[in-house]
Amino acid sequence: MSILSNELREKIQAYIPRYPNKQAVTLPALHLVQDALRCVPNEAVREIAQMLDLAPSEVYDTMTFYGFFREDHNKLGKNRLWVCRSLACNLRGADDLLGHFCDKLHVAPGETTKDGKITLEFAECIGACEGAPCVLINDEHELNITNEKADQLIARLQKA
Amino acid sequence: MSNYEPILLARIGKPESYKLEGYRADGGYEAFLKALKNSKPNEVVDTIKNSGLRGRGGAGFPTGLKWTFLPKDHPGPIYLCVNADESEPCTFNNRILMELDPHQVLEGVMLACYAIKSSRAYYYIRYEYGLSYRRLQAAIDELYAAGLLGQNIQGSGFNLDIYLHRGAGAYVCGEETGLIESLEGKRAWPRIKPPFPAIEGAFRKPTIVNNVETLACVTQIMRRGIDWFKSIGVAPDPKNPRDAGSYGPKLYCVSGHVNNPGCWELPLGVTSNELIRLAGGVWKGRKVKAVVPGGLSMGFLTANELEVPLDFNGPGKVGCLGLGTAAITVIDDQTSMIDVLHNTCQFYAHESCGQCTPCREGTGWMLKITDRLRKGQGRKEDLDILVEVADRIGIMPGSTICGLADGAGWPVKNAIRKFRQEFEDAIKTGRRSHLRPLAMAH
Repeated sequence: MSILSNELREKIQAYIPRYPNKQAVTLPALHLVQDALRCVPNEAVREIAQMLDLAPSEVYDTMTFYGFFREDHNKLGKNRLWVCRSLACNLRGADDLLGHFCDKLHVAPGETTKDGKITLEFAECIGACEGAPCVLINDEHELNITNEKADQLIARLQKA
Repeated sequence: MSNYEPILLARIGKPESYKLEGYRADGGYEAFLKALKNSKPNEVVDTIKNSGLRGRGGAGFPTGLKWTFLPKDHPGPIYLCVNADESEPCTFNNRILMELDPHQVLEGVMLACYAIKSSRAYYYIRYEYGLSYRRLQAAIDELYAAGLLGQNIQGSGFNLDIYLHRGAGAYVCGEETGLIESLEGKRAWPRIKPPFPAIEGAFRKPTIVNNVETLACVTQIMRRGIDWFKSIGVAPDPKNPRDAGSYGPKLYCVSGHVNNPGCWELPLGVTSNELIRLAGGVWKGRKVKAVVPGGLSMGFLTANELEVPLDFNGPGKVGCLGLGTAAITVIDDQTSMIDVLHNTCQFYAHESCGQCTPCREGTGWMLKITDRLRKGQGRKEDLDILVEVADRIGIMPGSTICGLADGAGWPVKNAIRKFRQEFEDAIKTGRRSHLRPLAMAH
């Protein structure tokens, strides 16, 4: 049985006409799979490779270059919370903010909470320096994060 | 400068400034339709060339000149890649444009494609910009529905498709050949040049890579003309034949220790002091210790260098790499430059793609040494070693393929040259920075 649902396969297929070759669909395919499965298992790498006429090693090579994608032993939680630690944020307390999130969620950067709701990560600049310190929740910015706002965010994500 | 009227940001603040209807009510797409009807592609290239527009992505290369590097009478396809992988720390000007006025950017994409005879643009956008992505996709959908994209646009015979392509969190994708490799589904490993992308780029075809703010400038130049553009900014220094001038408006991002961080549109050539004033001054009543003039890779200005004009030539005159993205980060006098330098080294060590040994190893060693300094374990010889590593990993000796190593080295060289006493004192006294073990994970 295929690990990729028909729906996922169709979504990946729909990208193919956009590019002169199928390999260019690698990143869109990896995004689609990770969004749906919260990781890219080996079997999915094989199936993506088959769809794109590539060797699994080619897909795996690309996938592992971008620290963004995760294997199945390191699956993402329901929400991915990135705390920016780059200079603009760091100058306004990002180190302490990241520490606060670690303390409250009982995880180190890179880990997922026991209930599977939140994966905490540090980010290099997320490009919202006017609202430093800032975080990214999946792909949405939240600006000017104080410890109080951080606690509210956690409560929101735990309910979601 | 106080009476300057913003053009690139003129529509920001209007309700639903990102929708097609409002954009067209403000004259949007008239420049594109006029060019389609009345101008030949090479006339558009000439206009941009004669405007003196230099790329806003960091390197400042003349945009029109880049377009002329495409092979003449190439049978195609020719591609435009939009570089929306803005990931230079402290930089967010492109995000503002994409979130709040995506059509201004897309009109620039369409004008550029017409000029370079490209019928397909790949818009490479960093994954972190989710709102930008959704606003751009909605704007592109509006354009197809309005018959402004697709086949035979408005009966002109010109075809154009624009596809968004999302990155996956890697700084090196902002390097133009790294971007192309990533678009092609591979590791974002920059390519050895030549051949330059204009000759052999995406999918081995001639390709132009342009930055988002650059393309917004293209829209405004085609709408308002060369004279408008050249009336803003700084003319070339007649004594310097290599100075191409710094014409036009620029989006300056101000972040760090100021009261009101934000993004301002001003003529090229304003000073850090003016920008700090606009941003409400230094926070907590403190003084400036240093300013990053244009994204982390440019190095530092000291408190005595805040009157340096922020044009393409200014920061270089005081030992910085250049203007870069014109993102100003203010560092107050209570901040340790060791912490600042450790943070910059941490970034480059994390983001080096690992392809070239001097960069992979050099950024790693600079991080290790600054980490040592930060823990109060610095050695007397560390500063000289840091400078030596920083000097040797850059592109100047041609030892690495892209500019990342040079960008990693510049802040190190600058910090130690301009703030050496602080570093020496810290080594002598064994002073530790405020350390939080959890956040140290890297």
